[in-house]
Order: sequence, then C-alpha cells, then structure tokens
Amino acid sequence: MKGFLALVSREVRLAWTGGGLWLPVIFYIAVATLFPFVTGPDKALLGRTGGGILWVAALLASLLPIERLILPDREAGVLDQLTVRGWSDELVAAAKITGHIFAFALPLLLATVVASALIGLPEAKLWTLLCGLALALPALAGLSVTIAALTAGLSGASALGGLLLVPLAIPILIFGAGTLAENPGNAMQLLAATSLAMAALSPFAAGAALRAGRG
Amino acid sequence: MSPRQAYSPAVALENVAVIRGNRLVLNGFSLAASVGDIVWIRGANGSGKSTLLRLIAGLLPKTSGQMKIEGRLALADENAALDPNLPLEKALNFWAEMDGAAPDIREAALIAMDLVPLADVPIRYLSSGQRKRVNLSRLFASHASIWLLDEPYNGLDSANTARLDAALLRHSNSGGIALVAAHQSPSINVAQSILLDPQSTAV
Repeated sequence: MKGFLALVSREVRLAWTGGGLWLPVIFYIAVATLFPFVTGPDKALLGRTGGGILWVAALLASLLPIERLILPDREAGVLDQLTVRGWSDELVAAAKITGHIFAFALPLLLATVVASALIGLPEAKLWTLLCGLALALPALAGLSVTIAALTAGLSGASALGGLLLVPLAIPILIFGAGTLAENPGNAMQLLAATSLAMAALSPFAAGAALRAGRG
Repeated sequence: MSPRQAYSPAVALENVAVIRGNRLVLNGFSLAASVGDIVWIRGANGSGKSTLLRLIAGLLPKTSGQMKIEGRLALADENAALDPNLPLEKALNFWAEMDGAAPDIREAALIAMDLVPLADVPIRYLSSGQRKRVNLSRLFASHASIWLLDEPYNGLDSANTARLDAALLRHSNSGGIALVAAHQSPSINVAQSILLDPQSTAV
C-alpha cells in the first residue's frame, strides 16, 4: 500500500513538473475561449450549446497526455523494476490510473469553473456539468491509461490513440451530454453506471496490455 | 547490505526453453545456484544472456521446463529506471522506499558506489558510467538475496569495477546469490561459469 501511494504521488509529481498537467487544462480553456468567437455573443445559444462543447473538449483533452503515460516508464525500465519487485501489471495500472485521476481529472474539473464562466454557462448548468464530469473523468483517465499501454512504442501512437479513444468514449459523451437536458436524472444515473464500469475494468485491460507489451 | 533471509535463497532452472519472437533463444538450459554462489554467465552477443536474466526476473515467460526461485530478486540492467529530473539521492529514495530500505542501508549503498559527492546532481546530468553506478547502488540497497546483473561492468572505470567486485564479494559472503551476465570476468572467485551458445533456431 505504501508503494502504491508512492507510485501515485510519483505520477502526480511527473505530471506537475513535466508540464503534462497543464497541456489538457490549457487546451480545454482555449476551446472555451474560442467557441464564443465562432457563435457570436448570443447568450441563449451559448447557454444551450456551451455545456456540450465542454464535454467534447474534455474528451479530446484526455487524448493529450496519452503519450507520456506509459511509454517513458517502459523505456526507462521503471515498469520492469516494478515487475521484478512482484507488482502485478494490474496493480501498476491501477496506480497509474489513480495518479492520472489526480493529475488530469481534478485540474480539468477546476478548469471547468473557469471555462464555463468564459462561455457564460448559467449557474445551474455549471453544477450539472461539474457533477457529470466528476463522474466521467475517472473513466476517461482509465481509458487514457489503457490506450497508452496498448499503443506504447507503436509508430503513430498518438493518432492510433485518438482512433481508439473516440469510439470507446462515445457512451460517456452521449450520457454526459444527456445530463445537460432539462431533466438530467436518468442520464446522470446511466453516466454513473457507464463510468463506474469503465473505471473498474480499465486496470485489468491496461494490465493485460502492459503484460503483452513486455518483451 | 547484509540480506537477512528468512530462508536460504536458491535459483534452480531445469531444461528451460524460451522462445522470443519466433526464435528459440534458450533450449534445454539448466542452472542451479544456492547460498553464496556467484554465477558468471558469458556468451557471444545474442546468445541469450539478457533473456536468461529477464526470465529469472519474471519479465519473460518460459516456453517449457521447470524454474524455481526462492528469495527476493533485484535486477540491474541497462535501463536506469530513474526520473531524469530528480537529484540522484531522491531518485534512489523512491526505490529505497519501495524496497523498505532503512536510511543506513541507503547510505551504505551510496558509499559502496562512491555516489555521495553526486547526491544532489539531477540524473539527467550524469554520464552513462555514473548512471550505471546509481543503478548498481539501487541493487545494493534493495535488500534482495538474488542479484541479477546484466553487463554490470559496461561503462565502469577500474576503481568502480573494483567497488562492484567488493560488493559482490560481500553479498556472496552474507549468503546471497548473484548472477552476472558479462563479457568481462568478475575478478573474484565465481562459483560457476556458464557459457551460452548462440541458438538461432527458428521455430
């Protein structure tokens, strides 16, 4: 358990010092900044569409850190050293995902407050959006680590990562956008269920990918 | 650095075969090492020295045969596995905490490879020989009774080669096992020396 926490805090430290933490946040806020320029300052229109745009931006932002999640550790031999110490691949993946939730999901949630202000989202919608994203981001973190483990070392890994993540994340996006409707209750429950299933399965999928990629 | 094993370490391989990328790298390989043994594994490039160490380390699956390992393992290969931006001592401490090494053991491991003067230098500024020493120092601090060393002498100058040999000797005297894959012979008495033949049988 102590080792698990050490690995999680290492993930957060690497994201913080390596700039990996800021890239998705800046991308996310940039989308929120640019969107009103395209639609014009129509408050009603922005209120109606802004939440959906932030969902798309959050999903695409999760693509950005993929390349640095697994590959550097595999090349540096960190994953090998953990395996020699008796860590199962699933436990390594779980620590990576937990670290990524802190280094990606939490900053993006905080950035949502800023982004929704830039778009001019009504306050009620902001709370719904925050709840929805808080449910969905752990699943996106799990998906990112899984895809990072699958594509680590392949040529064109980032393009492939996009191809893999987008279809897998579509259920999250559909239910997530559904929560922005007049009555978010059902969509929120479905979103919670989908995210929970994805977040719970991802350490096993990523662990299997780590094992397959070891040579 | 004295491994206080609850039981004596042992490595036993019997008739092991490993297939890697459609090539039979090890075939009918047997090895038995027990308390205090230093085993020198030699062979031409591509003869399967690293494959053998990775197999024992649990990083590669065996295709057939029996393998029994008793005792904790530590591996030092060509990968430093240290965060490039951290100062040497902090980078090592990450692993020392994973291994549960006490401060005096960490200190002794630093001294053993003469790394104390470099303790504050970030890993990315170290030369490849210095990195190798850090890698070895982690192995010394790991508390493991079975050491797996892949080309440990590469990049070491004569003073540090002697330090490594001294550490190997101490490890052996305290009952540990060391498997050393190297072109150069360790300058201490080795219990066994195993020559690997290059196998390139396609399967």
